[in-house]
Amino acid sequence: MRREARDRRGRGVIGLLALVALLAMVAFMVVGAHGNWGFVLPFRAGKLAALLLVAYAVAVSTVLFQTITGNRILTPSIIGFDALYILLQSALVLAIGSAATTALDPRVMFVVEMAAMVGFSLVLYRLLFSGAIRNLFHLMLVGIVLGVLFRSLSTVFQRVIDPTEFVVLQDRLFANFNSVDTALLGVAALVVGLVTAAGATMFHAFDVMALGRDQAIALGVDHRRVTVRILVLVTLLVSVSTALVGPVTFFGLLVANLAYMLVPDARHTRTLPAAVLVAVICLVGGQMLLERVLDYSTALSIVIEFAGGLFFILFLLREAVR
Amino acid sequence: MIEIANVSKSYGKSLVVDGLSLTLPKGGITSIIGPNGAGKSTLLSMIARLVDPDGGRIAVGGLDVATTRGDLLARHLAVLRQDNHLAMRLTVRDLVTFGRYPYGKGRLGPEDVAQIGRALSYLGLTELADRFLDELSGGQRQRAFVAMVICQDTDYMLFDEPLNNLDIGNAVAMMKLLTRATRELGKTAVVVLHDINFASRYSDHIVAMRDGRLHSQGTPAEMITPEVLRDLYGTAFEVRDIGGHRVAVYYG
Ligand SMILES: Nc1ncnc2c1ncn2[C@@H]1O[C@H](COP(=O)(O)OP(=O)(O)O)[C@@H](O)[C@H]1O
Ligand SMILES: [Mg+2]
Repeated sequence: MRREARDRRGRGVIGLLALVALLAMVAFMVVGAHGNWGFVLPFRAGKLAALLLVAYAVAVSTVLFQTITGNRILTPSIIGFDALYILLQSALVLAIGSAATTALDPRVMFVVEMAAMVGFSLVLYRLLFSGAIRNLFHLMLVGIVLGVLFRSLSTVFQRVIDPTEFVVLQDRLFANFNSVDTALLGVAALVVGLVTAAGATMFHAFDVMALGRDQAIALGVDHRRVTVRILVLVTLLVSVSTALVGPVTFFGLLVANLAYMLVPDARHTRTLPAAVLVAVICLVGGQMLLERVLDYSTALSIVIEFAGGLFFILFLLREAVR
Repeated sequence: MIEIANVSKSYGKSLVVDGLSLTLPKGGITSIIGPNGAGKSTLLSMIARLVDPDGGRIAVGGLDVATTRGDLLARHLAVLRQDNHLAMRLTVRDLVTFGRYPYGKGRLGPEDVAQIGRALSYLGLTELADRFLDELSGGQRQRAFVAMVICQDTDYMLFDEPLNNLDIGNAVAMMKLLTRATRELGKTAVVVLHDINFASRYSDHIVAMRDGRLHSQGTPAEMITPEVLRDLYGTAFEVRDIGGHRVAVYYG
């Protein structure tokens, strides 16, 4: 395909996705409002903002994570992030009980969770560059092993706590797009904004990083430093989405790969916006359909994770055939 | 000039490059030959700061590769590794465009665009510029990577077995192109070569490595002799003079 044609198609795809995303947002706001505008609009606007933040955080973190790992079937959760979240929640319920946990200020929880996750990833990166772990694949291996450890610990905690407490806990452990914490919107938006500003200053290096370590170094990128910076940004974004809706594993995989398929071009000026828009369409459109049209209330996370998981398996099969 | 002073590298217990000291001249083509596992690729990777040496010092055109800023070095030194696979899908032009990254950090001026066009036509890739790399033959893809290195427009260019995947016609064309680049543009090319007759025909200087050490070095006339080659590869050679160039014949 000629470059101009490819550019045109890339812009066309993104324009179309933006249009569909916009329609989904409008529908989310107005469908089934029954004229109660004064009450419905502000309420829905808060929820919409949360969904947009989650869509953005999941899409950007997954695409960037895949860029630095050079692997399109990985998501940040593979290095133990959602397992850490589960552990934090289980430990908290064990320590202070479910009633006290629920009563905690969500903003305090958010900051604690974010600090724990960034701290955890910094420990991993420190290992990565002290020579104890030699490359990103070792890092992921360590992440997977730690993930298993966290999960086992959580299981131990969950055995110990009271069954009724366990029910409350379980509720917190599944992604829930229906009852997002709008109290967190301000601080979440702040984090996303800061991450975006930091990412913008090194945007030009993203494409080069995707060429792999050796090519990036040969072209003059400080590969180690850029890798750490991107990993920190990814960690912050994952914390935001986890705090708002809980852990999501396959959703990022789904939107990133759909974006790669839709735009004819691997440059981040194309893939990042496309992935964000696909995520918005899936989340906002999906939530609108399930909640307002089909009248299911909690199923979106299940549907999305199911679709993402299915996609993951298809992707593996296709790679295996090749 | 590339100065290599007492450089060592080991992987686990095996010493791959063993206290090597060597000066590669500025200008022209220097070939590195030697048996498999001699440490040629490791040496080239260390010169290109892709692998950190355990000890010693390397300077390219006076710039210490361990301490010079990466982006500055990328305007003086380009490298093509032995095997190149990409996780992302790119066209030939996209790939060659990356060669300009050290200059504009992704922003292309008219000079960059001109340089990209020149690199494409230098490698005979103008017609293929908008094809995706995964739609090309191995040889065409190899040429695309070489075009990226040429596009980077550095004084020093390192190539690890650039004739891999090329048929004889394309291999000759590639060596002629490197000859032209060094003669006309005053570049320095350091090339790991498998085929000693290509080394003999196109090099200004030949370096032979064995077991991580410098085995010998000199002009093609000094290096392409039955004695040197037998000692280097451990097999018998005959050397003939054909049209003023030495041609080595080896028996299977
Ligand atoms: N990353 C690595 N890890 C372990 N051993 C390596 C690595 N790279 C190269 N080696 C070993 O170092 C030796 C020299 O390799 P190399 O520099 O590729 O030789 P050449 O290019 O001359 O064939 C070989 O024995 C090879 O197995
Ligand atoms: Mg080699």
